[in-house]
Amino acid sequence: MSVELVDKYSVDYITAFSKARQEPQWMTDLRVAAQQKSESIAMPKPDKTNITRWDFNTFQHQANETERVSSLVDLPDHIKKFVDLSKQQHNLLLLKNQTNVHQALAPDLSDQGVIFTDIFTALAEHSELVKKYYMTEGVQVDEHKLTAVHAALMNGGAFVYVPKNVVIDEPLQAIFWQDDAELALFNHVIIVAEDNSEVTYVENYLTSHQETKTVANVIAEVFAKDNASISFGSVDHFAHGTTTYINRRGIGQRDAKIEWALGQMNDGDTISENVTHLLGDQSVCYAKAVSVGRGDQTQNFTAKIVNHGKHSDGIILQHGVMKDSATAIFHGIGKIEHGGTKANAEQESRVLMLSKHARGDANPILLIDEDDVTAGHAASVGRVDPVQLYYLMSRGISKQEAERLIIHGFLAPVVNEIPITSVREQLTDVIEGKVY
Amino acid sequence: MSGSTLEIKDLHVEIEGKEILKGVNLTVKGGEFHAIMGPNGTGKSTLASAIMGHPKYEVTKGQILMDGEDVLEMEVDERAQAGLFLAMQYPSEISGVTTSDFLRSSINAHREEGDEIPLMKFIKEMDAAMDYLEMDKNMAQRYLNEGFSGGEKKRNEILQLMLLKPAIGILDEIDSGLDIDALKVVSKGINKLRSEAFGCLIITHYQRLLNYVTPDYVHVMMQGRVVKSGGPELVERLESEGYDWIKQELGIEDETVGIDA
Ligand SMILES: Nc1ncnc2c1ncn2[C@@H]1O[C@H](COP(=O)(O)OP(=O)(O)O)[C@@H](O)[C@H]1O
Ligand SMILES: [Mg+2]
Repeated sequence: MSVELVDKYSVDYITAFSKARQEPQWMTDLRVAAQQKSESIAMPKPDKTNITRWDFNTFQHQANETERVSSLVDLPDHIKKFVDLSKQQHNLLLLKNQTNVHQALAPDLSDQGVIFTDIFTALAEHSELVKKYYMTEGVQVDEHKLTAVHAALMNGGAFVYVPKNVVIDEPLQAIFWQDDAELALFNHVIIVAEDNSEVTYVENYLTSHQETKTVANVIAEVFAKDNASISFGSVDHFAHGTTTYINRRGIGQRDAKIEWALGQMNDGDTISENVTHLLGDQSVCYAKAVSVGRGDQTQNFTAKIVNHGKHSDGIILQHGVMKDSATAIFHGIGKIEHGGTKANAEQESRVLMLSKHARGDANPILLIDEDDVTAGHAASVGRVDPVQLYYLMSRGISKQEAERLIIHGFLAPVVNEIPITSVREQLTDVIEGKVY
Repeated sequence: MSGSTLEIKDLHVEIEGKEILKGVNLTVKGGEFHAIMGPNGTGKSTLASAIMGHPKYEVTKGQILMDGEDVLEMEVDERAQAGLFLAMQYPSEISGVTTSDFLRSSINAHREEGDEIPLMKFIKEMDAAMDYLEMDKNMAQRYLNEGFSGGEKKRNEILQLMLLKPAIGILDEIDSGLDIDALKVVSKGINKLRSEAFGCLIITHYQRLLNYVTPDYVHVMMQGRVVKSGGPELVERLESEGYDWIKQELGIEDETVGIDA
């Protein structure tokens, strides 16, 4: 933390915060240790983006009084539209200002031992389970200052646990709604899928604000055990005033499958990294992400898959649209470790530029320490093809509508992968809102 | 209902500074089918593209009028709204946009805002037209022209023609790459539109399409101009004798646009 932050969020403050939530001692200790480390370690240095002037210091750590949500029907429209109210049964977790205001899980799932709750409840009820996965094998506390600050100040999140052989058909949905403009989200999500289990999880970061200065510092750790399958979708939509750090980490064991479909729609300056380690043989990861940059925001995206296991298969697909004077870089990193024979690392990064003043770059990297592998990459930065526009317009379609079709088409490979229909539709809406 | 009139007067067109059309004159009226024939490289696609407003083609002289309105002043979408349609020789592929979404947007573009075609009505019309053209229904859910075979692309162009029912249709090499069965189906689609309200300009360098779609007028293009016009009997003569007699008659050595006459 910066000097002011260390003063403000002292060991005493953090201990009191932890005690007030009746956290297990290990968590209090972890927070305190992280606070102490955070002074000395450096900020991350995202490749090709200078973040020295980004404001990660202006925020409130705790919300003002948060009104409860008596019923989903009473949610404001911009939140409600993400929930499919026509459904009988939701597997839904709703955090408003980091407080669990609604939680539902199909009874047959809880009977089978599935856990889907907020992180504080999980700490209270499943302390040992959370301890096993919380910043241990996935993200490390001391990766850099932002991970340490996150660990010290974590103020909300979700915990998903799917026992062995349990296959969940209906997606789990988590909505993190920042209604208090100044409240920072130090949000931590953990998903554990035990052997032969399957789960689809979708998270939405939503806000009711635009310009108020605050911070989001979000970590998700995703563990797919042997032959488990995790499909992870997201719509990130933090406001223009929010400086955002997102770190989503996956670990796949033997025959595991992790699929990411990320809608990266923040309006403020953002660093977002998505790294998956394919540890097990025959493990698979599809990392798909779409982004729209607008206004004056600067964004740095990393999609990285590390193949450790033999015959492991990593495929990255990133599509970004850039308008106004927005800046973004898309790093695609495929890494094959020594011993990952017959591994495959593919990636495609494409950027569509809608304005002369926007800047977009694709930075494909392949790092290969093994001979017997396959790998490939494709990257491009381009504008809307005038001949495609001509073709559509020759059918009477206006220029604006033709561009809209081309842009949606460009983003479709990821949007179509978002598992919940209402969320997919909302992502389309968010895109629409950002592009026009 | 009487149709529209497309008039082309002394049209000169350049691509990248090179003059391709060197004074084309042509009038197509509702109810008339015109064929434009000519070997490769004589400016046929250039004429079609200039009429529709392709961004690469620059009109340097002459006029294009639709019912007296200046087409050259119109944006591409306005030309379509005015009743022009071009079935393209090389239609674009548009990833991520389904053929069905594209067709619906196209139809709605010709309707008033708030009067969009109801979804069920659209599906019924599209299915009927696809049946008529013996098309695989799955095509509607595939991305527009992406991975389509040559024949599928051509059928897709005719499908659009049938659904949009323009006043003037221009078909650029709609027959190329089609086997005889596909050619018959496509011809059936074109003939279905024949009426006083529909004028058609069929561009081809083969005669075979014209065995199924009989033109009222036939024009031969060489060196970026219409060098000969006649009736359907011209097709037969071209079929039996080729183009050489025209070249001889006019003293043309190279019929393409490349070398000036
Ligand atoms: N995009 C282009 N750039 C430069 N020259 C072109 C282009 N398109 C066509 N041409 C030239 O214009 C001439 C006429 O082409 P085109 O109108 O396509 O002929 P046709 O359709 O009769 O075969 C040819 O000589 C061709 O080389
Ligand atoms: Mg041609």
